Amino acid sequence: MPDSTMVGLHREEEHHPELLHHFAEAQQQRDAASLGMWVFLATEVMFFGGLFCAYLVYRRWYFGDFAAASKSIDATLGATNTAVLICSSLTVVLAVWAAQTARRTLLIAMLGITMILGLAFLGIKGVEYKDKFEEHHVPGASFRFENVPIPGHPGQFANPRHAQIFFSLYFVMTGLHALHMIIGLGIFLWLLIMAWKGRFTPEWHTPVEIGGLYWHFVDIVWIYLFPLLYLIDRHP
Amino acid sequence: MSMPIATPQVVERENYLNTKYGVWSWLLTTDHKRIALLYLLSITFFFFIGGFFALLIRLELLTPAGDLVQADTYNKLFTMHGMVMVFFFLIPSIPAVLGNFLVPLMIGAKDLAFPRINLLSWYLYIIGGMMMLHCMLTGGVDTGWTFYAPFSTNFTNTKIIEAGLAIFVAGFSSILTGLNFVVTIHRMRAPGMTWSRLPLFIWAHYATSIIQLLGTPVVAVTIVLVAAERALHLGIFDPKLGGDPILFQHLFWFYSHPAVYIMILPSMGVVTEIIACFSRKRIFGYSFVAFSSIAIAVFGFLVWAHHMFVAGISVYSALVFSFLSYAVALPSAIKVFNWTATLYKGSIHYDAPMLYAFGFLGLFTVGGLTGLFLSALGIDVHVTDTYFVIAHFHYIMVGGALMGYLGGMHFWWPKISGRLYPEGWARLAALIVFIGFNLTFFPQFLLGYMGMPRRYYDYSHMPEFQVLNVLSTAGATVLGVGYLLPMIYFLWSMRYGKPATDNPWNAAGLEWKTASPPPTFNFDEEPVVTWEAYNYEELDAPQHRQEVPVAR
Repeated sequence: MPDSTMVGLHREEEHHPELLHHFAEAQQQRDAASLGMWVFLATEVMFFGGLFCAYLVYRRWYFGDFAAASKSIDATLGATNTAVLICSSLTVVLAVWAAQTARRTLLIAMLGITMILGLAFLGIKGVEYKDKFEEHHVPGASFRFENVPIPGHPGQFANPRHAQIFFSLYFVMTGLHALHMIIGLGIFLWLLIMAWKGRFTPEWHTPVEIGGLYWHFVDIVWIYLFPLLYLIDRHP
Repeated sequence: MSMPIATPQVVERENYLNTKYGVWSWLLTTDHKRIALLYLLSITFFFFIGGFFALLIRLELLTPAGDLVQADTYNKLFTMHGMVMVFFFLIPSIPAVLGNFLVPLMIGAKDLAFPRINLLSWYLYIIGGMMMLHCMLTGGVDTGWTFYAPFSTNFTNTKIIEAGLAIFVAGFSSILTGLNFVVTIHRMRAPGMTWSRLPLFIWAHYATSIIQLLGTPVVAVTIVLVAAERALHLGIFDPKLGGDPILFQHLFWFYSHPAVYIMILPSMGVVTEIIACFSRKRIFGYSFVAFSSIAIAVFGFLVWAHHMFVAGISVYSALVFSFLSYAVALPSAIKVFNWTATLYKGSIHYDAPMLYAFGFLGLFTVGGLTGLFLSALGIDVHVTDTYFVIAHFHYIMVGGALMGYLGGMHFWWPKISGRLYPEGWARLAALIVFIGFNLTFFPQFLLGYMGMPRRYYDYSHMPEFQVLNVLSTAGATVLGVGYLLPMIYFLWSMRYGKPATDNPWNAAGLEWKTASPPPTFNFDEEPVVTWEAYNYEELDAPQHRQEVPVAR
């Protein structure tokens, strides 16, 4: 560590107001926050990893049933949502850049657009869930999946029980992803308020950076969920 | 015995304990040392709850007939004993108490990287603990702490979802502690505190944190699936609906086997510090001990299916997991050999912490070697679900993890409280714990090998097992006394104990270079490290002896 860490408590009055007492300098605090978020994202990878593991096991066992069930989900809605999230990742990057270069109006605009895109994603997701509910594809007592043909195997029909496992995983995985989106919207609302108050400066905008990291992670999870859940054995 | 004689402190210095008073100064503190004490109080509470269940289990098994409690109650007793001890005592024990207190001190930091997240983790632990208490008081759970599906998802009528949520919340607390340690160790070290100068306690906690971070989320999502399955009958773990209960076991043990290393690794870190100090030697093979901690963390993630040899996994995967389970013995053996080599020609002092460290060495070795019996496929089939398994993992978790925890509590008590504990009583307690422990659990090895199954509350069809069970119950009583003693004399010493000097053991390490108890920001000046870890030869050199009085 550089010599400037020796400064200690004595020059507190010169410190940035956001520099917490136990850090020697702003760079150390920024590095700690950023590493903390990366480590947290590693735990998130493991959290979703358990579900991806369960998905892979059953997809291998019940491929035909999974393909049939996957075909019943609206891939257009899923693709739209993918586009929405990719756009929101772009606006997050622009927000971070705006914070770095002290463009307050652009920062507020980008945070706002990101939130609008996030809400649009959840809205489209809601439409999808509503369709599934009306089609009796929500696992449970009223689940129906009779006489659905297996793609590529004429005359064969999917086993409703195995399709139910697909839909269980579909709802758990997309549901937990949506929960992460909602938490992300909460974080971005806080960032928006902070940006409105003009709290972010080129010297201190760590929350924008690590909030952005979180948002990108949630996007990336979706990039995996979309092909795995919507595009099983789907041919043009 | 000779205790270090302190120069009485006429004016009490301001420290983390006397800087502020009042309930809110504790409940809203972000000082890692105060949070460590909050954890100490709460895990002690849960330790005695878990111990109470253990006591009832041992009392029931005193006689062959099931005459003290009913079968259903017995099922709940061993389940709640396991859940409380694993999730609310052992996993937070050393990391959240000693680790919280010592990690910043040992690396020369003013606090953990995220003090508020540290406080949040304690609150999450308390919320999880309250949920668990509520669950126990309103009916409890009877599946065993392992939640095996489909019994947990389809059949039992007990409070699975509530207990699962309690563990989910407590797991979050464990993740946040691990996250804080990793970031702190990476980013907050004092100038000159390089990775190769870190105390091995820090390396052990680093490895532990990796497991907490990468393992806990998996059990969290498994609990989510169990709760969803139970509430909605999804079929994910239900063979009737095409699901696979073995998948549950894979997901569960993917965390819960590494969780054993969450319990034992910090204890190994404690024992390393104690052995170096009371042998007055640099630890033998520093880098081997350091990297064996990392190796245990890595290997620990690759052996989970050895809990499932008889569950219906394929012979080939059983072979691979058996081999990998042998492999995890290597880093553990490296540690034991290096500790032994450190003792060799050391100037050994038999103070209470060292007695616990010796206890750890012997008991952990027995626990580890019997672990090899269990990773051997042939023997495992014979002793699966018998008391042999119970004895094995209690040798690791109680003989290993808990002995290390107690040793560490004694070793750092002067630093934590600023007072000395009564050495004579402490040695007596260490002896009682060691005798009581062996009397409790060694007979269980024999019982298990003779075929007594675990989780039976009535063994009247095999009354020949009673003698060993009586021995075990008698041992548990002795062990209980051994655990009560430290609690009593620690509390006593807080008021009546002699004031401790800053470094009563003349130990190496930054935590001994600040006041006892330390000031709120740990060090009056930021330390600059210019020496290697465990520089005991230097400390004991004659010119140094005048600076720091050694009272031995």
